[in-house]
Amino acid sequence: MSARAEGEQAEVPLAAEGDNNYAIDVQGLSKSFGGHRVVHDLSMRVRRGQIYGFLGPNGSGKTTTIRMLCGLLTPDEGQGTCLGMDILTEGRRIRRHVGYMTQRFSLYADLSVRENLEFVARIYGVPDAATAAEEAIASLGLKGRERQLAGSLSGGWKQRLALGACILPRPQLLLLDEPTAGVDPKARREFWAQIHDLAAEGVTVLVSTHYMDEAERCHEIAYIAYGELLAQGSVEQVVADSALHMWRVTGPDPAALARELMAVPGFELVAPFGTSVHVGGRDREALERAIDGLSGRDDLVWRADSPSLEDVFIDLINRSKDKVR
Amino acid sequence: MRGAAGSLRRMGAMMRKEFIQLLRDRVSFAAMVSIPLLQLILFGYAINTTPRHLPTAVLAYEQSALTRAILAAIENTQYFAITHHPLNEAEAEHLLRSGQVLFVVEIPAGFERAVRRGESPALLVSADATDPVASTSALAALGRLVETSVRRERFNLDDAPEGSGLEAAPPPFEFRTHPRYNPAAVTQLNIVPGLLGTILTMTMLIFTALSVTREVERGTMETLLAMPIRPVEIMVGKIAPYVMVGALQAAMILGAAVVLFQVPVVGNLVLLIVLTGLFILTNLAIGYTFSTLAQNQLQAVQMTFMYFLPNILLSGFMFPFAGMPTWAQWIAEALPLTHYLRVVRGILLKGATSADLAQSILGLSVIMIVAMVIAVTRFRQTLD
Repeated sequence: MSARAEGEQAEVPLAAEGDNNYAIDVQGLSKSFGGHRVVHDLSMRVRRGQIYGFLGPNGSGKTTTIRMLCGLLTPDEGQGTCLGMDILTEGRRIRRHVGYMTQRFSLYADLSVRENLEFVARIYGVPDAATAAEEAIASLGLKGRERQLAGSLSGGWKQRLALGACILPRPQLLLLDEPTAGVDPKARREFWAQIHDLAAEGVTVLVSTHYMDEAERCHEIAYIAYGELLAQGSVEQVVADSALHMWRVTGPDPAALARELMAVPGFELVAPFGTSVHVGGRDREALERAIDGLSGRDDLVWRADSPSLEDVFIDLINRSKDKVR
Repeated sequence: MRGAAGSLRRMGAMMRKEFIQLLRDRVSFAAMVSIPLLQLILFGYAINTTPRHLPTAVLAYEQSALTRAILAAIENTQYFAITHHPLNEAEAEHLLRSGQVLFVVEIPAGFERAVRRGESPALLVSADATDPVASTSALAALGRLVETSVRRERFNLDDAPEGSGLEAAPPPFEFRTHPRYNPAAVTQLNIVPGLLGTILTMTMLIFTALSVTREVERGTMETLLAMPIRPVEIMVGKIAPYVMVGALQAAMILGAAVVLFQVPVVGNLVLLIVLTGLFILTNLAIGYTFSTLAQNQLQAVQMTFMYFLPNILLSGFMFPFAGMPTWAQWIAEALPLTHYLRVVRGILLKGATSADLAQSILGLSVIMIVAMVIAVTRFRQTLD
């Protein structure tokens, strides 16, 4: 949280410099593939030095958006800047200062750890590639493995190497596409510690993820579904903006209970959670009426609850699905 | 019984899946259909091992009724097509060395008078014997057919008194054939230099055709494109190592050709090296183009094979170029191997100079530039 506070303090003086305040500032991005709209009218702003979580279900357009930001895809519509440079015309200059970590491990499996790092260093024009690679190996904790082929590393080490290769040219902006998918909790935790260190040094990080706990490690989050940005802000803000009221109800057979509650009007969200069921909705009165209607059931214990980020996202998805269809 | 039925059902499921995948893989399917068709057409219509209508130049120091009759008879054999009329020996030599004609018929001055005097003069026929297949049967036909047909024509057309005793008399003139460049008709002398071209084509194409598709398939292309490197830089960086591989291969084959097969090096070795470099670059550019077209490595290999087939069959490597119909020759002119074979055989066996090979050099250069432009424009800088 300290990094975030610093970011907010820095907002005032930087604001005078206009665009420079934002590492990413794009408006109205749209992209279609073969008539299928993947991203629609997406606008987002990410302040420099922030960790920005990019959340959304599979196929919601996260990867496409990230690719548009680093110039790998040309948006059909829209405009904006990345690190103050035009994403439509200054793609190559942007790439020099952006580190992009793809969803799939995409370093050379048949090159060793050191060879991969040296290759990256040379492409980015790092003055002393061998030394830079050496330092990266040391800071990644890959000493002793530098001669190992990258393809033979385990999942966690691959991810670590990929991130190491990304930050080796000292980018100002990191675009990380589901960097922690398939990585064990310990490696994930270390990964996030490193991300926070980088942010503290002033690097802006945009990271896409499915994990709610990771979202809560971000300074700000954006939620995207069906190619549209549905919510944006700090986690607290997004939860507050959702205007959801949640109840936790405990009963004998949660699965059967959930099915039963889904049929009750007023419960917009129903999800079994272990031994209890999470129910909620945005209309408080309707929700309370529905609960009153079930007051005869003395096997049910009702308890008011605060909405979790997941509740908020499920609600957002449900509502945007209705809108799309 | 149940076991057998279950086994059949599982095999059926497997077959069904296999068919679906087969039909979905369009390039494989295209290869399955087009390769037999291609072979049928090329072997059936284009290839001819006793080629006819071979390009022939006539260097005539005399024009007379008799020489016209002889030339008509030569063409009537169907083996020869008189395409060029050089004015002097140097020009005739250039035509032969550059491969534009396979034969030069030289009619000496005072030929008809010598015939009338019964001196039995000689018509000199120089043949490009680098490809024994192309020249042998034509030369054999020459002696037989021309002589008899000339005799007959002279009987019919000419009632000259001296003609009455012709049948018993010695022939009125003779053909002195001069198979040049490969007088002993050694097949290796033709094949081994040709191998230089085919081996380079195959290996250079395969290597580069795989190079970009491999990156796409393994997902490294996305990272590469997100880095500050230009498409041209990627292409040059990828092609350059293979230029060296190609040079090494060329040196090996050339060395073996000279040491093991006694292939002569009549012409300028430096010229050959420079033009071999040009040929290697052309192939690499074509391979790179395939690389940007193919979606995966299998497709890249299939494309290479489909390209290699006409190269082998039409370029003049296995079958005489001059024996093919015009449409096949036009296709062959678009293949770099056709041009390179003229270069390598021309320099090694015939001592051809850059002037002799100007057309082939131009052809190779044009193909290379076209392939490079396609490769660079096809190479997508983005993932769009």
